[in-house]
Amino acid sequence: MPFQPVLLWSDAVLWLLTGLLVALAVVSRRSPPLAAAWRKVGQSRTGMAAATLLTVFALVGLADSLHYRQLLPAAPDKPAAYGVEVLSLLDGALSGLRNHGEKTYSAPLATVSYAMETRTGSDGVQQRDFPPLRFGGAQLSPGDSWAADVAVRGIVGVAAGTLLWWLISTVLLWSSTRGAASGDTIAQIKPWRGFQAIMLKRPPGSFAWDAVLVTLLLICLIAGKLAALASGYHVFGTDKVGQDVLYQVLKSVRTALVIGLVTTLVTLPLGILLGIAAGYFGGWIDDAIQYLYTVLNSIPGVLLIAAAVLMMQVVIDTHPEWFATAAERADLRLLALCFILGFTSWTGLARLLRGEALKLRELDYVQAAQAFGVAPFTILLRHILPNVMHIVIITLVMDFSGLVLSEAVLSYVGIGVDPTTISFGTMINNARMELAREPVVWWSLVAAFAFMFALVLAANLFADAVQAAFDPRRSAQ
Amino acid sequence: MFAYLVRRLAYAVPILLGVNLLTFALFFVVNTPDDMARMQLGVKRVTPDAIAKWKAERGYDKPLFFNGAEEGCAKLTDTIFFAKSARMFVGDFGAAEDGRDIAREIATRIGPSTALALPTFVVGLLVTVSVALLLAFVRGTRLDFWGVVACVAAMSVSSLFYIIFGQWLFSKVLRLVPISGYADGLSAFKFLVLPVAIGVVAGLGSSIRWYRTLFLEEIGKDYVRTARAKGLSEGTVLFRHVLKNAMIPILTGVVVVIPQLFLGSLLMESFFGIPGLGSYTIDAINAQDFSVVRAMVFIGSVLYIAGLMLTDLSYTLVDPRVRFD
Repeated sequence: MPFQPVLLWSDAVLWLLTGLLVALAVVSRRSPPLAAAWRKVGQSRTGMAAATLLTVFALVGLADSLHYRQLLPAAPDKPAAYGVEVLSLLDGALSGLRNHGEKTYSAPLATVSYAMETRTGSDGVQQRDFPPLRFGGAQLSPGDSWAADVAVRGIVGVAAGTLLWWLISTVLLWSSTRGAASGDTIAQIKPWRGFQAIMLKRPPGSFAWDAVLVTLLLICLIAGKLAALASGYHVFGTDKVGQDVLYQVLKSVRTALVIGLVTTLVTLPLGILLGIAAGYFGGWIDDAIQYLYTVLNSIPGVLLIAAAVLMMQVVIDTHPEWFATAAERADLRLLALCFILGFTSWTGLARLLRGEALKLRELDYVQAAQAFGVAPFTILLRHILPNVMHIVIITLVMDFSGLVLSEAVLSYVGIGVDPTTISFGTMINNARMELAREPVVWWSLVAAFAFMFALVLAANLFADAVQAAFDPRRSAQ
Repeated sequence: MFAYLVRRLAYAVPILLGVNLLTFALFFVVNTPDDMARMQLGVKRVTPDAIAKWKAERGYDKPLFFNGAEEGCAKLTDTIFFAKSARMFVGDFGAAEDGRDIAREIATRIGPSTALALPTFVVGLLVTVSVALLLAFVRGTRLDFWGVVACVAAMSVSSLFYIIFGQWLFSKVLRLVPISGYADGLSAFKFLVLPVAIGVVAGLGSSIRWYRTLFLEEIGKDYVRTARAKGLSEGTVLFRHVLKNAMIPILTGVVVVIPQLFLGSLLMESFFGIPGLGSYTIDAINAQDFSVVRAMVFIGSVLYIAGLMLTDLSYTLVDPRVRFD
């Protein structure tokens, strides 16, 4: 085999989560109230635009979660050996960006280095000037116009992006009209009649295809342009050690997703189980669980996390024999951070569910089930849990953006991800000193800002749409 | 009232005890004092003698919870738990790794911390409530819509960016205020004005949205319709009735903010070089000074519990129906 698959722990958890989300989708389809609520989300333009962007981010993150080790060039009469470096599918796709490192800083789309250097010319005279970059603009021969090259690449990229959009949207529309039941408004739209119909007059109460298509178009245009430019330049420049900034922001997406998603995986079972149990059983169970979350709540979150992370660091440092590669070690630290964040943040969900369960347990159907002698666990599973699902879903989507933001802060404080893991937090941390330079190195900070903003904004908007659809109080207004 | 206070104080004790046990478990059960000694002394080239000496110097050479070698009360008091955790209740936090007394450090640093956190909190609350009331006043209009959009955008920006851009723009480019530092007394103003402003702005997005929803919920209630029906102007309805009745949820929300205040100050103090508790904590985290982190966790939870009690007390001020008998 030309490669050896590597399964990091966080990959396994992330794929497991993707499976769980699919399962949630199947469950939602079967349950009429959930299906109705999701249909409402589907009708929201901002919600669907945000969902489209989130899907693209998720695809980037998942591509970055298939890891492998490359086969080294074969040496004669030796068994096949694999490289130590753990790469991902995304790394493979971006090998150009990953391998084309410069010596140090270079500005976005630059062809010369950012710092002056003393060089000896061919005539033996020493002079100080900006040396040309190794890869940025290396395809230009002397006399070629930089501006013309950038313009041509930009136009090609935009054209390719438009084509890509046309292909994706045709496939999407075609498959959705095939899947739709007859009588569904979307089924009346013939895909070949074009996007015009959808863009200009979307049937009322139908899926917000217009928002999806417009967002997709924007993403395709930007991605096409970035890809075309990145083939010849460092679009967002390079950082202190000459690593491409575009590559770094794309890698950060996975870290953000892992933190946001895996943490909720830890939070959910704890919050649901303890919250419902406290509300339903009452008595000493309620007292004990309430005491537990009051104690956890009364410690300022960041301090509790700091204490836990410090402890974990000691454990990791004293057991170097547990990890075969640096990637495994960084990966385990990332997962541990998720677990710590999860253990400290289940309290909010538990409190909400406790209140709801207190209310539900007094309702007639639950009392009836109790009178029939149904086992408490069955009541919890059959009657209470389905009726608090909307709270769980709202909390799930609302927490995501907060977790992504807190990763950046924690990494800045030094209790976040491993310093070797590329994340928005480590990027910001490294970029901080660059603002003090003269002239200012602004691009890595701005790139990290833009990507993080897009991700968190999309998450917030999607959460809003979900909340509006699932919260009975808000949908009644 | 007095009886209520006593009861609340009594309730705080088991919670603090829980916090204490939890942090103690985190720091000493997961890792042994030997691990910590190795950490502090450097993992490589560490001799058993050096570890023993390190532990003896800092009092980690005793048993964790129960000392069988001692007599009477000393069986319980001559332990790591008693020496390191239980004594925090009387304000004895022990010494940091650099040998300085933690309690004295805290006493000198609490001033700058309060000088930063309190104005941020008060100004922030005033600005948020007024803007949220304005949005509720113009609800359903274009101004309201774009206000909410701006809020969502603002809350999607990491607080790190507010600090970095603010510091860069106002200190480095415009040179309006010093980049970092601190002075005592009134001269602290010029050092504090930017961190306070950034702290206020960074919190606006999410809290304005939250208060706006709160006010809108209040506006939908029957008494507001009655007030309007008897001919009161919209402004009177909002300020006299809605704001007053929304006070309890506002005060409850304020408590939620108190722990976040701690987090906000943590970043703000380390960015602006303010010698408060937050920067002390970050330094301790970076130096892996466990005693200081443990003390800060304790202080943090004491502040949180105090905040909860203050909120309950303030309920009586805004709503005479709330009584603690």
